[in-house]
Amino acid sequence: MQYLNAFWVGGVICAIAQVLIDKTKMTPARILVSFVVAGVILGSLGLYEPIADYAGAGATVPIIGFGNTLAKGVMKGIAEKGFIGIFTGGASAAAGGIAASIFFGFVMAIIFKPKQK
Amino acid sequence: MNKKLGKQTIRFANGINILSYASIAGQKEGEGPLAKYYDKVLEDAEWGEDTWEKTESKMQKSAVSRAVEKAEIDIKDIEYLFAGDLLNQCISSTFGLRDFGVPFLGVYGACSTMAETLGLASSMIDGGFANTAVAVTSSHFCTAERQYRFPLEYGGQRPPTAQWTVTGSGSMVLTRQGNGPYITHFTAGKIIDAGVADANNMGAAMAPAAADTLATHFRDTEKIPQDYDLILTGDLGKVGKSIAIDLLAEEGFDMSENYNDCGCMVFDIDKQDMHAGGSGCGCGAITLCGYIMDMFRAEKIKNLLFVGTGALLSPTSTMQGESIPCVAHAIAISAKGE
Amino acid sequence: MKYSKQEYLDYVDKKSPDSPIWKNVLIAFLVGGAICTIGQGFSEFYKNVVGLSEENVKTAVPITMVFLGALFTGLDLYNKLAKHAGAGTLVPITGFANAIVSPAMEFKREGWVLGLAAKMFTIAGPVLVYGINSSIIVGLIYYLIQKL
Repeated sequence: MQYLNAFWVGGVICAIAQVLIDKTKMTPARILVSFVVAGVILGSLGLYEPIADYAGAGATVPIIGFGNTLAKGVMKGIAEKGFIGIFTGGASAAAGGIAASIFFGFVMAIIFKPKQK
Repeated sequence: MNKKLGKQTIRFANGINILSYASIAGQKEGEGPLAKYYDKVLEDAEWGEDTWEKTESKMQKSAVSRAVEKAEIDIKDIEYLFAGDLLNQCISSTFGLRDFGVPFLGVYGACSTMAETLGLASSMIDGGFANTAVAVTSSHFCTAERQYRFPLEYGGQRPPTAQWTVTGSGSMVLTRQGNGPYITHFTAGKIIDAGVADANNMGAAMAPAAADTLATHFRDTEKIPQDYDLILTGDLGKVGKSIAIDLLAEEGFDMSENYNDCGCMVFDIDKQDMHAGGSGCGCGAITLCGYIMDMFRAEKIKNLLFVGTGALLSPTSTMQGESIPCVAHAIAISAKGE
Repeated sequence: MKYSKQEYLDYVDKKSPDSPIWKNVLIAFLVGGAICTIGQGFSEFYKNVVGLSEENVKTAVPITMVFLGALFTGLDLYNKLAKHAGAGTLVPITGFANAIVSPAMEFKREGWVLGLAAKMFTIAGPVLVYGINSSIIVGLIYYLIQKL
């Protein structure tokens, strides 16, 4: 069941982005930025966690989930470290994804060459 | 006799002879319908070079060498090279042509460069300042894409109005005398900005410039579209072509019969998934210096009006949200002179 | 030209073919959904087979997806899928990886420091800038509310 929920919720999030691209001429970079900020806001208001509980990876794999991770992280950081947590919380929660993208990005760029289209 | 007709058109009374021409095309272009007319089709995007910029330079160098070879003259007989391309500071031209030891005049007209270099080289010859000059231009999908848009491996979706930058280079050797075909007129275009800011719809941005130059050419020369066997724009693509027909109809010129666009000819648009068609300096250049000139040779075309169309945008202007100024230059070519 | 600028833009709008939106949305839905389902598969795998804690699963899944996005970009497959899938490949975190790897690969020729490394974030950087900044702002507000 969890697989089906992940599929349709993740699909719907992508479909919304596609409508925005085709209807508003928003560039992909702006879509990503808006979605991550939306994730931070929804996450901070506690609105994203129910979706994540229901859909699992359907909610955490889209970039909105990244925003949610940042928001949850900052709150946890504040709870644990107080004021300094405002700065460390978000980035520490997202550290795995960020470090992985930098590392794998570097490795793949060394191994592969872009191909002509 | 007056060399100037109207405000914008130069008439070359004796005609400037097209002594030879050559075209180098990329792999995808080689899979297109005009493949057999190119002098060389590349097997990959690199052509043995380690950067695409070097490949593009090599294409331009090779297009000039081949045209000179076909003309059976020596490179030292060329008095001026008129060249340009799409890259910043026109490095494809300068790096590609640096070893020739021929006076070089760099030109930037974006994708109108083929028509502009031909017009300038012809004027130089007609003015009596040279007997032999070369016009050359090029574009390369991979170099243009990384300068103007996204990295090649970036996963993006192209809208149906987007055009595909042609990988190719075309060159022509022009001389004062010869057996033709001849360049008879050059109409230099004005910069026209119709307000289109969408870099994914260049055809629509350029069509008003093309229409303006065409209408001006017809009025200056007192001709009508039907006086030509073929009118050919450089790279308006499907969308721009149909807009240009509409705009000229409003000016009272009927373009419905003998008009085509290189961007619609260079690829099999549906089969090769090219959206609105081809674009880039190379688009007009390889079509003109391949298929079209071969048609002159086969006497299937006797009068041609070629209009290079250029979108004068830069990555900076696009990011700053500016609309796209465009320019179009027309060259009339005739088998017999005037 | 007889048009005013606005008239011409309206005319161009009419003349330009629209993106096939229903087809695009459907493919985005299917591909985006499929990528999330794969993510769900890894999540179950890490939890039930490897036995990671829930907290670690939440980190391991994005790392895995980023790896796959980066790998498929290197293999010249991600952009082929993205051509059809649009937002379906853009919005999942694999698209974030694609946005990082593709300029890094492309600008390797401009050098290891100012090419590969500096260009790595030309597309994906804004996500970090706005993501982290908004989390800090949210954190500030949250902190102040707690103190009051």
